[in-house]
Formats: sequence, structure tokens, C-alpha cells
Amino acid sequence: MPAFVVRFFTWLNDAYGLNFSVFTDAYDGQRFLLGLWTTIELSVVCIVFSVLLGMAGAWLIGGPSRLGRAVARVYVQAFRNTPPLVQLAFFYFAIGGLLPQIGDGAGGREPIVSGFGWAVISFSLLAGAFNVEIFRAGIEAVPGEMVEAAESLGYGRFQLYRYVLAPLALRICMPALTNNLVNLVKTTTLAYAIAVPELLYATSQIWSEVLNVREMMYVLLAVYIALVAVLVWLMERWERALRLPGFVA
Amino acid sequence: MAHALGPPVVVLRDVAKSFGAAAVLQGVSLTVHGGETVCIIGPSGSGKSTLLRCINGLVPVSGGSITVAGREVNDPALDRVALRRDVGIVFQQYNLFPHRTALQNVMMAPVHVLKQDRAEVERRARALLAKVRLADHGDKYPGELSGGQQQRVAIARALAMAPKVMLFDEVTAALDPETKKEVLVTIQELAGEGMTCILVTHEMGFARRVADRVYFTDGGVIVEDGPPSELLEAPREARTRDFLDKVL
Amino acid sequence: MTDLPVLYPPRPVVARTATSWPWLLAAALALLATAAWGQGGARQTTILEALLRWGPLIFGGFLFNVVTSVLSMALGTALGAPLGLMLIARRRLPRGVGWSLTQFFRNAPWLVLLFYVMFLLPFELHIGGVTIPLPDWAKAVLGLSLPVAANVAEIVRGGLQSIPEAQWSAAEGLAFGPFQTIRLVILPQALRRMLPPWMNLYAILTMATTLISIVGIQDGLTITRAAIAAEARPDLMLPLYLYLLLLFFAYCYPIALITQALERRLVVRG
Repeated sequence: MPAFVVRFFTWLNDAYGLNFSVFTDAYDGQRFLLGLWTTIELSVVCIVFSVLLGMAGAWLIGGPSRLGRAVARVYVQAFRNTPPLVQLAFFYFAIGGLLPQIGDGAGGREPIVSGFGWAVISFSLLAGAFNVEIFRAGIEAVPGEMVEAAESLGYGRFQLYRYVLAPLALRICMPALTNNLVNLVKTTTLAYAIAVPELLYATSQIWSEVLNVREMMYVLLAVYIALVAVLVWLMERWERALRLPGFVA
Repeated sequence: MAHALGPPVVVLRDVAKSFGAAAVLQGVSLTVHGGETVCIIGPSGSGKSTLLRCINGLVPVSGGSITVAGREVNDPALDRVALRRDVGIVFQQYNLFPHRTALQNVMMAPVHVLKQDRAEVERRARALLAKVRLADHGDKYPGELSGGQQQRVAIARALAMAPKVMLFDEVTAALDPETKKEVLVTIQELAGEGMTCILVTHEMGFARRVADRVYFTDGGVIVEDGPPSELLEAPREARTRDFLDKVL
Repeated sequence: MTDLPVLYPPRPVVARTATSWPWLLAAALALLATAAWGQGGARQTTILEALLRWGPLIFGGFLFNVVTSVLSMALGTALGAPLGLMLIARRRLPRGVGWSLTQFFRNAPWLVLLFYVMFLLPFELHIGGVTIPLPDWAKAVLGLSLPVAANVAEIVRGGLQSIPEAQWSAAEGLAFGPFQTIRLVILPQALRRMLPPWMNLYAILTMATTLISIVGIQDGLTITRAAIAAEARPDLMLPLYLYLLLLFFAYCYPIALITQALERRLVVRG
């Protein structure tokens, strides 16, 4: 932490009683950064899995197998119409409770999947369900003539998706995908409920010790807004990189 | 055309196609020989485009049989890739893949579908682009090309698969008169080299100059067929006369 | 340059009505049944009995979630509509302020906003000599209504902006004043377009009301967890959580279906 920042916030505390302890106290600062890192880790892993799930679901939904279509549809409707927090609790407590425990190498026993693990599973499935709908809409928006052309050239279903539909559908559904990924980042705060040491949890630990709820709240809000802004910026850069010459909106 | 015609390449026997209750093709029979150039004319909705799509297996037929290069198209065990290798099709809306350059568009199918060697395919693709007079435009994206240029790339793309038959579905309908000509010239050269071509077209002048045989369809059946000099100048059927009066 | 067909605006694709609800119902009942009868043996109470005992209580908690969602939606809409109007204001100041507020409350996580309101609002308000108590649930309703307001603002903005400029000009040509124009010409059309996303937002809010259990308010989720703890039987967890999930599903899925049906009707009418 740069010295002038520490000086500024120490002054702020002395002069106005505003205790931004994350800047002045090394321990608090470290806890906060660790929480931030966990949130980023959680977000990135969930984004990756949810996109994969979305692609798999969109593949099944457009496919020839009736069972595949039904499975995908049930998956989507189940996760889109039930509360995320209850889903998380269901996974962590109900299913986690049924799984065996293993030794943690120190003579104790711990569950086979950690809180972080269940958070990844729960949030990825949730965001994946939304992605299925987004990708499906994107694929359907690709003009049929393009599909005809590819089929006429001998492309099978997988190659059609890989070389024609996926690249074009991605460009079409970028805005909706960005929106969904932003929601995913915001949803990571729910992991607080199962004591995953993400940013909200770490911050709550700080404010319960230092009793600077108001200040920590502002820092927390500012950081989340910054996180979302970074994600949106990254997505927009990617969208620009994918832009096709000759684009006429 | 001056060259001799080979054995039959495309044979349609009593082909019927219905979309639900609507019967689009009602018993179409025709035979196209190797090296022949055939034009199919007729009013909109007479099933011409559907006919082409049946020939390359995009649309399954409701009845009758289609044989292309010895392969039965409506055989359920048909090797689709082999069929689409033998039949190339160019559409009215050029349908180039907008996220790939012109050269990549031409190269894609031989590399992905036929699994041919990339360097060899690139060489052939560049030769094909040169053949359609677009050698310098290989690195442009379809969005940067004019309609006529896109259409010529589409022709090159279809040719890259080394087909035995080329189908053209009203390929100049969406073009303005200046660019129409460059595409028609390309097709004419192709026909002159001995490629078997089936064109659905409204270009009567082109049909007169280039076609070996012209078929007139109306209401899902072939009303009349014959060499262009006969059918276009002195049609036998009243329906043909009516149609030609309207368009010529 | 020619227009490439892929670049036409995406066709307004509306998710088809999932005819999967029979599957879902079957899956749910099957799961519940296996959970209920899977455990045999000499127990004090079977799982089914536990379900019957706790079911009504959990349902009561769920109803509290619903009431919270209705109140939050009402408050959020009341706050969000004027915010939405600010977003399309002609002058830069209200537009800028509106944009900042909307961005702030849309990008902040709902749980953080909830914490903010719960912690930082006093437990009673003193206004002009009158003391208004603010119980926890009231603070929660307010906390949830903030992101709702921001989303409503976006919906209002989108709805109003989707009315073609020509409508405004036509009304002006017919000598309607600005308020008359809004009331008689723009609003009826705009409201129809705002309805599906607004209903979608309500469904999301209903599912978000479970967050209040984290800040110590008794709702369906709290009661479910209390039931599990009271019975002290881990094999109750699966059926009880499933029960709660089904309650929410039975409420939110029909809303989703109605929303889809409304969207389809709008697309057809144009």
C-alpha cells in the first residue's frame, strides 16, 4: 500500500472519524484483497463453466434426440425459475450432506466438496441455464441461407456448429451474454451464505471487528462497481475484435 | 454448345414434393447429360428452387427418384458428403460466410469436409479465384465485396469441391445489370469448359446463347422443353407462350 | 457495400413455450416420492410425516416471500418510473443524474445493497416530531426495491424509446399537448411493451427475496432450515429443500409462461 494512501486515510480517520481500515491496517487490507481475489477466482471459473454448459445445452436443444432436448429444457426451466440462494443451500447442505467425508490430512474430516466447490457448481449451473437460452436465440438468428450453404458444401452438424453457427451466433448474442456474465459476478455474493471467503464475507469480517460498517460499505460498493465495469470493458473489447468488416447495423 | 454430350449425370423420374398440404412439385422428370447446360424457366412459385434443392439433397422428396452421378439421392443410406462433393450449388443470396475472407470461404469445405491438404487446397483456391477474376480480392471479407464479386466467390467456393454438376438458383436476380454480366460471363465460360450446369434463371438472353436445353415449369410440372431456339422462339404450349409474352 | 443477411437485426426470437412442464412435474414428484419413501425402517416419524408437519409452515414462510416481493415491486416501480423519465429527459442534468443512479443500482450486487440498507438505516425515523419505527422487514423491502427501481427505470426508458418518433410527431400534428400525447398516444403503446420485461423482473425479485434470510429475517428459507435443524435428521434435507424449490417454481414458472405468451403477442401485432 503506497505510503501516501496510508497517510491520507489515517488523516481522514483522525480528522473526520472515517475509518477506512483496509487502507490503513495491513491485516485488514490483506483480508480484503484475499476476499477480492476469491471473488475474481469464483467469477472466472463460473464464467468458463457456464459458457461450456450453455453451449452443451444449446447443442442438445437443437439436436435430433428427444431425450436430449427434454433434459436440456428441464435443466433450463428448473434453474431459471427457482431462487439462486435456495439452489446454493440445496447443493451445499442437502447434496453436500449426503456425500461422504474424507480425511483432511490432519486427523480431521472434511467434506469432499468445499464451500467454494459447491458455489462453483451452483452458480455455473444457474448461469449456464441462462446461457442456453441466450445461445439458442443467437443460433436461431443466424440466417437459414447460411446453414443451407454450409450443408450444401457437405458440412455435418458438428462442423456446421463449429465453423459457421458458433462464430456467427456469438457475435449476435454478445450483448445478452455480457449481461448474463455481469449478473454472474453479482451472484457470487451469495456465497457469503455458505461462508466462502469471498469479498462480501471478508468485508463483513472486517466491519464486525473494526465496527466501520459505513466506510466498508462504500468501499465494497465501489469495488463491485469497478469489477463490473472491468468485465463490461473486456467484453466490449472482445466484441470489437470480433467485428466483421462491412458491418451495417 | 459445340461439344458432344456425355452419359446422363442427373436423372429425375416423377419427382414429387409437398410441404404439408401444398404440392410444390407434381411429377417432374428430366435427364441432364454430361457437359450439358440446362436452363429452367417459369413463373415464381412453380417449384424451380425446390427442384434444385431436391437434387442436392437439401430438401427430401415426397415421391419419385433422383439419381445424381449414379447415386440415388433419396436413398436413406446415402453418403451425403459424397453427394455434396459431386453437386455444387450457388444461391441467389450469395451465402458467403461473413466471418471468413474470400479465400478462406473457398478453402473451407475442401479442408474441413474433404480433409484435403491445406497447402494444396490453398493453391487450388487461388487458381479458382483467378479464374473468376478475383485474384486480388482473396483477403477481403464478403462485407467488403460487391454483390457480383460475392457471387463469383460463391461460384469459386462451389467449384473448389470439384463437382460433377453445378446448380445455379437465380444467381443474378439480386444483382444490378452491370454486375449481372460479369457473373453470367463466368458461368458461360464454365459451361464452355464442359461443366454440367443446371440453371434456374430469368435471363432469357443467356438461355438463348448458352443453354443446350430449356425446360419450362409451371404449377409443379414441366410443361414443355426443347432447345432454346425452339422453345424461346416458337413454343408449342399456350402456357409457355403466355409466360414468354410476359417476360420478353 | 451490400447488406450481408447475417447483419439484419436478430429476428425477435421468443423462447417457445417449454412443453417440458409435464416432465418437470413428473421429475419433481418422483424426487419427492423417492425422498419420502426411500428411507424405510423403524423411525420415529417418516419423511412424509415430517413433510406434512412442516409443509404448511414452510408454505407460510413462502407466502411471506411473496408479500415481500409484491411490496418491493410496488415501491421499486414507484421509484423507478420517474427515474426512467429522467433517463429520457432533454436536459443533460436530469439525464446525467438519472444515468448515474441507474448504473449504480443496477451494477451493485443485490445482497450488498440489502446489507447496506439493513445496517445503515436507523431502526426508527424521526420526522417532524413523529417517530416511525422501521422494522427489519420494512428495511428489507426498501433494500430490495432499490435495484428494482433501477431496472424499472431501464424498462421504462426502453419502452418509451421504442415508440417511433413518428408517433410523437403525429400527435403534435393533431394538436395534442405534451402531457396529452404521453397519456393518450405514447403510454398505452409503451405500457404494452414494458409489461413482459416488468413481469420478468418481478419473477427475478420474487426469487431474490430469499436473500432476506441472510440478514436475519424469517422467510421460507429460514423456516426450511429451522425445520431441518429441529428434526435433527440429515435425510430430511433433500425433500424439504426440494419442497421449497417446488413452491417457488410453481409460482415463478407460470409467470415466465405468461411473459413469453405476451411477448409473442406483441411481436405478432408489431
